[in-house]
Amino acid sequence: MTFRPEHEIYKRRFGRNLGLGLTLAAFVALVFALTVVKVTRGDPMKAYDHVIDPQAAPAEVSE
Amino acid sequence: MTGTPYEAGFGDYVQLLKPRVMSLVVFTALVGLLVAPVGLHPVEGFAAILFIAIGAGASGALNMWWDADIDQVMTRTKRRPVPSGRVQAGEALGVGLALSGISVIMLGLATNLLAAGLLAFTIFFYAVIYSMWLKRSTPQNIVIGGAAGAFPPMIGWVCATGSLSVEAFLMFALIFMWTPPHFWALALFMKEDYHAAGVPMLTVTHGRKSTRTHILVYTLLLMPVGIGSALTGIGGPFSLAVALALNLWFLVGAIRIWRRDEGQAEADNYATEKSVFKFSILYLFMHFAAFLAEVALKPFGLGGW
Repeated sequence: MTFRPEHEIYKRRFGRNLGLGLTLAAFVALVFALTVVKVTRGDPMKAYDHVIDPQAAPAEVSE
Repeated sequence: MTGTPYEAGFGDYVQLLKPRVMSLVVFTALVGLLVAPVGLHPVEGFAAILFIAIGAGASGALNMWWDADIDQVMTRTKRRPVPSGRVQAGEALGVGLALSGISVIMLGLATNLLAAGLLAFTIFFYAVIYSMWLKRSTPQNIVIGGAAGAFPPMIGWVCATGSLSVEAFLMFALIFMWTPPHFWALALFMKEDYHAAGVPMLTVTHGRKSTRTHILVYTLLLMPVGIGSALTGIGGPFSLAVALALNLWFLVGAIRIWRRDEGQAEADNYATEKSVFKFSILYLFMHFAAFLAEVALKPFGLGGW
């Protein structure tokens, strides 16, 4: 059984897919790194919600 | 090839983002970010510069989509991906719009909303106000279009500080005022067929003599901005010395261009115009490098006022 020789266009398509794949992988890595930095620094990650969450609730004013 | 239509490679899409313009954007945005009095985490700083650059690239892709007809006529731009047929015009539009959205949202998430808003405005300004409207309708196109290139250091500054200030405006003004004399010096010796492309360049509409005068006038307007920026918080004695030397030398060049006529210029193949153009690139680079040097010298008690 023989295969026809591969057309040049598949090589170019592979290059394009590889480039896009690497770009997306780099993007994922960057978003992860940004998340680590912001969470480690303790940026507000949670807002006051309609469900009472004592941790996120604004501090009560004492009388 | 055997009749198969050309399929664009990854590099063709990268070319849509105008990588050479991007390198200038990266440099000025980086300086804007580093000279700001507030520090940014290196990862955030990297993300900020990256997404400013991608935003600039996106506006480049939108420009290539819109200007494909002009690019096809002029020799300098004929080989760009869209006019040469390697990338479809619609694909350039898609890449431009997608990257605009990604870059603005990601800059907002990585830094702050003001920076993201400025980036969105820059893309809108370059793609819509400059490319679609002014470029084809007024010989002052370069003057106003220069604003698009002037935003990056301001955005870099806002990424770090979260607000605008006189330093940010002066970095903006420096590039804004520098663009016209820089570009007109190029237009004098490149002699591109703007007329055939239907772009009203000053050299075509008002003649080359008037363009020489314009270069001198805009250089005179540029000088106070260049020297003034060295007197603010991002400057210092070193920047001031550099600014004085650069501006004086730029003025000398502009006067030499102004005093020549076309006959003299033809005779030495535009030697003066070419040397002033080359110097104008150094001028901008040295200004921003001097601001950076002030920051670098600060730990040794030398930089800044």
